[in-house]
Amino acid sequence: MSASELKGIAHDLRFDIVKMIGEAGSGHPGGSLSCADIMTALYFGGVLKHDPQNPKTADRDRFILAKGHAAPALYAALAHAGYFPVDELMTLRKLGSRLQGHPDSSLVPGVEVSTGSLGQGLSISCGLAAGLKINNDDHAVIALLGDGECQEGQVWEAAMFAAHNKLDNLIAIVDLNGLQIDGCTSDVCDLGDICAKFEAFGWDVSEVDGHDIEAVIGVLNDAKASRNGKPHAVIAHTIKGKGVSYMENQASWHGKAPNADELAQALEELA
Amino acid sequence: MVKLADETLAQQKKATRAAYGVTLVQLADEGVPIVAVDADLSGSTTTKKFADAKPEYAARHFNAGIAEQNMVDVAAGLALAGNVAFTGSFAVFGTGRAYDQIRNTVCYNNLDVKIAPSHAGISVGPDGGSHQMLEDITIMRGLPNMRVLVPADYAAAAAAIRLAATTPGPFYVRMGRASVPCVYADGVELELGRSYVLREGSDVTIVACGVEVEQAMKAAVELEAQGISAEVIDAFSVKPLDAETIVASVSKTGCVVTAEEHSIVGGLGSAVAELLASRHPAPIEFVGMKDCFGKSGSYEELSVFYGLDSIAIDDAVKTVIARK
Repeated sequence: MSASELKGIAHDLRFDIVKMIGEAGSGHPGGSLSCADIMTALYFGGVLKHDPQNPKTADRDRFILAKGHAAPALYAALAHAGYFPVDELMTLRKLGSRLQGHPDSSLVPGVEVSTGSLGQGLSISCGLAAGLKINNDDHAVIALLGDGECQEGQVWEAAMFAAHNKLDNLIAIVDLNGLQIDGCTSDVCDLGDICAKFEAFGWDVSEVDGHDIEAVIGVLNDAKASRNGKPHAVIAHTIKGKGVSYMENQASWHGKAPNADELAQALEELA
Repeated sequence: MVKLADETLAQQKKATRAAYGVTLVQLADEGVPIVAVDADLSGSTTTKKFADAKPEYAARHFNAGIAEQNMVDVAAGLALAGNVAFTGSFAVFGTGRAYDQIRNTVCYNNLDVKIAPSHAGISVGPDGGSHQMLEDITIMRGLPNMRVLVPADYAAAAAAIRLAATTPGPFYVRMGRASVPCVYADGVELELGRSYVLREGSDVTIVACGVEVEQAMKAAVELEAQGISAEVIDAFSVKPLDAETIVASVSKTGCVVTAEEHSIVGGLGSAVAELLASRHPAPIEFVGMKDCFGKSGSYEELSVFYGLDSIAIDDAVKTVIARK
């Protein structure tokens, strides 16, 4: 897929993310928009081996959305990839919908595990990566974490475990948008040098502009190919709310839906 | 009728936790895709026996270090990869420290993760209140998809591990540190959702679980000498609870005492009370920890101090019969 086609898909994902959250009347636009390009790279840029027609195929990489509140980004990617009809996106968060506020693996094809409680996704990914190794299965496990999520101590329990068990089939992408509900991560509880932290825990670390889809694809493919006994952290520098002018870099758009006027403006910007 | 220990075996004492590692080895030998994840307590829980049995089992045993939250979610990931995953640690940390992981990952996803820590209850003894888990049945029982087994002895613990391994979905198996007398015959097979009438009686039903089964049996003998006929039921499967057996017994005896080495808030007693309130209201008395923490002491001393011994059960029986 060409760079412009990938950009087009990321654009479509953003349009649907904002529209479905507007339609739902609640949800998390900021962190969904910040990872839309990463989701595009994963599902449309050839990074993840997956089959929308056969979601449970043994011949697949595993993707775990540790930052489960970015469910709209995952749903948009899965729908556009063909896991379920795109129209269904507008049922987000409604009674009877498969599209729960946070991803539910029992309902949605392509969702490997239900997430939503922050800090758990990397541990689950460690278990999955260790399980694949036991089975002599070469597929990769890729987890997407929020930067605020890295305040959870469990993330670092998992980081230690991954290095100790040489889980080089594991990639943790950190969507480093610098914001969390209460404000800047540096004001709430500073993460410090996150690259140095992962390095100190024994991980290979790369940094990338999380909105440069080609670059994200490159760094993820390199990490996937590298089986050097070390797990891989990809620190993706992103902008929270990316693509909607009034949401960009605003912590207040972490977890609220646009009203009708705001939605109209956002969709116009993304049209 | 399920097979009970003969007189020779009944003289023997073994810890429920001692059944853990060896049963995992048996299950793996039989082809069950067992993996175990512990948290620096693999010697105490005995999951180390699984790791030590064969090199290929060592590769299926993970030590998370002192990191119980990671332990549970690593087990969840291993289950997602097609394994039957058992966790370790002590009950206080293996449930309480990792409650959110058990709730939101293990149970919400209905995964093949079996939470099977040891050192539950006051029978931990000298380690004291910080290590005596008394509300694990309460918090595990409250979780959708979770099944709760409380084995009374070594053979029941082996049966519980086997049942958990061969039945899909989350389980909680509550095991203890202390050596306790054998109630069941070796190799006994126990069923999910079943309680077992260990002794028939007509004046009162005693529903017990775990180490309190032994105390209940002792109490029944003491009561018989005083002319009171007690029926003793081992509520091995606390969730799902065996409604038919318990209701049938209480319909016959007209009153019930519950006994557990656990808080009376939310545990077996509460489960039995919930059942009887809707199906067969009857006087009920609760033997258990009275909404307090434990303290250091020997198991035997603590059992008397907190009113968990057979004498306390005798007293509760007399109280409940008077309320009939």
